[in-house]
Amino acid sequence: MHGTLEPPALEIGGLSFSYSGKPVLDDVGFAIARGEFLVLLGPNGAGKTTLFSLVTRLYDRRVGTIRIDGHDVRAEPRRALARLGVVFQQPTLDLDLTVRQNLAYHAALHGMPRRLARARIEEQLDRVGMAGSIRDRVRTLSGGQRRRVEIARALIHAPRLLLLDEPTVGLDIASRRGIVEHVHRLSAEDGVAVLWATHLIDEVHDSDTVVVLDRGRIKAHGSVALVSAQARATSIGAAFEALTGMAA
Amino acid sequence: MTYLRCFWGVVWRELLRFVHQRGRFIAALVRPLVWLIVFAAGFRMALGVAITPPYQTYILYEVYIVPGLIGMVQLFNGMQSSLSMVYDREMGSMRVLLVSPLPRGFLLVAKLVAGTLVSIVQVYAFLLIASLYGIRLPTDGWLLILPALFLTGLMVGSLGLLLSSFIKQLENFAGVMNFVIFPMFFLSSALYPIWRLRESSPLIARIAELNPFTHAVEMIRFALYGQLNVEATGIVLATTAVLLGLAILGYNPARGMMARKGAAAE
Repeated sequence: MHGTLEPPALEIGGLSFSYSGKPVLDDVGFAIARGEFLVLLGPNGAGKTTLFSLVTRLYDRRVGTIRIDGHDVRAEPRRALARLGVVFQQPTLDLDLTVRQNLAYHAALHGMPRRLARARIEEQLDRVGMAGSIRDRVRTLSGGQRRRVEIARALIHAPRLLLLDEPTVGLDIASRRGIVEHVHRLSAEDGVAVLWATHLIDEVHDSDTVVVLDRGRIKAHGSVALVSAQARATSIGAAFEALTGMAA
Repeated sequence: MTYLRCFWGVVWRELLRFVHQRGRFIAALVRPLVWLIVFAAGFRMALGVAITPPYQTYILYEVYIVPGLIGMVQLFNGMQSSLSMVYDREMGSMRVLLVSPLPRGFLLVAKLVAGTLVSIVQVYAFLLIASLYGIRLPTDGWLLILPALFLTGLMVGSLGLLLSSFIKQLENFAGVMNFVIFPMFFLSSALYPIWRLRESSPLIARIAELNPFTHAVEMIRFALYGQLNVEATGIVLATTAVLLGLAILGYNPARGMMARKGAAAE
């Protein structure tokens, strides 16, 4: 395929999906390299969540290819999903279980040996500053703390690609900023590729790659500077507004 | 090894959740006990139960309905876990399970077995209280019903799983009560022997004979007295296989209901 080059963490090509005759995604294609932080920017209803559901193989009726770390999601779902970590838009922790129990469940779903799982759980919780809450019931945690636990959970099995679907929805400003910074650090330090979907322009860093999605189509793709320049805008926010007709 | 770890992870989570839901446990116990203590006491006078296999002597009505009430415990639990799957899907934690790299069929079976184990714990708690209340059951029957409980749990759990792949919203669940649980329970041999149903309505008796839940109850009834009801067991096994197959198909990302529902959520 690419000779000796290592495959992109995520490679999407010619992806189309329609729901009862109405196209939701139309010929979407982009790739994310190792360590790249790609912001999928789009207004509500642009098709971001559908795209995530297709990448995570929650549904599969579609045209086009999706490869995670070189493995086709349809042909090799086990290999592809093993390399994927996800933070869903909705909270998905069991409220009555402790932080450790929630994370141990996730590790078991990935078939991780208990000892390795224990070490990885402690390590990842420590990184999000939640190690002290390992025995706490999730119900007792704040929204921002729960999100941090979910980010730790998504990384336990050391994925190549981390998907986050509007991960800061409903959080206060301080928690939001903390999470945006933490995930940027992850991609820089660990080399994990990040696909971050949002409609909030202030979550974009200058070093990020941006894909603007609107009504199922890609309107722009490139670095922050490139996308702004192409839209003849002074900032990425103005570019987003010009491309989608939406106030950012 | 990977599969085993994943399997125990799913079972462990289900047991932990069960421990935390005390209300659910109490409801699961009160329901059959009300039938046993209130309903059966009233009906004892009105209903004589003739000697039919597997019973070798005249039995009290309370003794007759114990297997049916065991079935009821498992039926409610099966529907409850299906309810929790619909809830899980609406709340998103179903996705955590389905994004696991292991095959989806395996994940669903693990979840099914976990729910079955929870229902077996409930059944034994019910039997314990029933025996304290004075219901006499064969001592070795306690152990002999275990395989029958397992099969019954799988059957009603598969039904719940299949329903959960069809039901789009939590609100539709009241319909399941009316159109699945009640007919299955009342149109079966749980409360009255089939021959007695036939006396009043041959049609109802016929429906009860076709109801797989009747066969689950009869399988448990015979097992309690150390006998294997081959016909009933065969029907339960076949029903489980069909329901489970359809449920796995229902959760298949390429063909199943998830595709339509997922897109609708967008």
